[in-house]
Amino acid sequence: MAETRTPRRKLVWRIGEVIETSPETPRTKSLFLEVPGWEGHKAGQHVDVRLTAEDGYQAQRSYSIASAPEDSRLALVVERLEDGEVSPYLTDELHAGDRLELRGPIGGWFTWEAREGGPLLLVAGGSGIAPLMAMIRHRTAARSEAPTSLLYSSRSREDAIYAEELDRLAAEDGALEVTHTLTRYQPPGWTGYSRRIDREMLEEIAPSPEQRPLAFVCGPTPLVEAVATVLVELGHEPARVKTERFGPTGG
Amino acid sequence: MDENRLDGNAAGGLLGEIFPFEMTTAQVTCTSCGSLWRVGQTMVYGHDMGTIVRCASCDNTLIRVGRGQGRYLLDMRGVRYLQVEEA
Repeated sequence: MAETRTPRRKLVWRIGEVIETSPETPRTKSLFLEVPGWEGHKAGQHVDVRLTAEDGYQAQRSYSIASAPEDSRLALVVERLEDGEVSPYLTDELHAGDRLELRGPIGGWFTWEAREGGPLLLVAGGSGIAPLMAMIRHRTAARSEAPTSLLYSSRSREDAIYAEELDRLAAEDGALEVTHTLTRYQPPGWTGYSRRIDREMLEEIAPSPEQRPLAFVCGPTPLVEAVATVLVELGHEPARVKTERFGPTGG
Repeated sequence: MDENRLDGNAAGGLLGEIFPFEMTTAQVTCTSCGSLWRVGQTMVYGHDMGTIVRCASCDNTLIRVGRGQGRYLLDMRGVRYLQVEEA
């Protein structure tokens, strides 16, 4: 794994400009940023965002990058947490033209590049879709044909971030399969999964261990730990099951 | 602030302030159980007091990072080896 060492300059705080903000779901918003000096990223990496109050108090959070390396703007998706120190500002107060302090890209473990091939198994809970969306967008931009299965758990259809884009990409690409499970509310006539991700679901969706899929699991800690445990029990190599846990992040 | 369990990835920014290479892919050997982990695979707990990186199999404290008064304080007694691949 000679590619794993990534020498780089010291991580520095940069000032990004918000180009656009756009609501994704009732609780999440996309931020599109232009960051002078940005040196590119790999799908799966994150940035740290820092807010500084007038009295100098600083709060810092990590957000996964949802845009592909090929995209011109950096996209983050922020879930608004009621008691959060950072997310309510990002979702409610930040507008196009504002500046935001961030640093990155960070992380070399939970990443995927098209040249690594597949098959890919992507499992997301809630806003854990963000780094996996970067991988899916990168896969499309790089014209990768790696067979890819996404299993995405949301509370309801309205809470499924990027649902339309995912459905469109899956419709256009026979090697990309998108499966939703809606754990709390299902629209009338819903025939898909309507429970938390479990062993049976993973057996149905995941490529067999013999196909040696690369698995990326991102979401709340309980979901990530349950999914990773089941995947290893099903015979997947632990080293090929990569996880990224969310919070409770304190938002 | 509640204790906050995250992946080693979450410590990437802080460790990146200190080390000149991507720390989430550097490997550490646990002094307690001998497991070998990429830092991104470990467990990270954020406290007001600092950041603690723990072994994902035995929970041994691998790295503690404190900061304040213009300096970082690293306690790495839980790491037998820190392994960084040549570029």
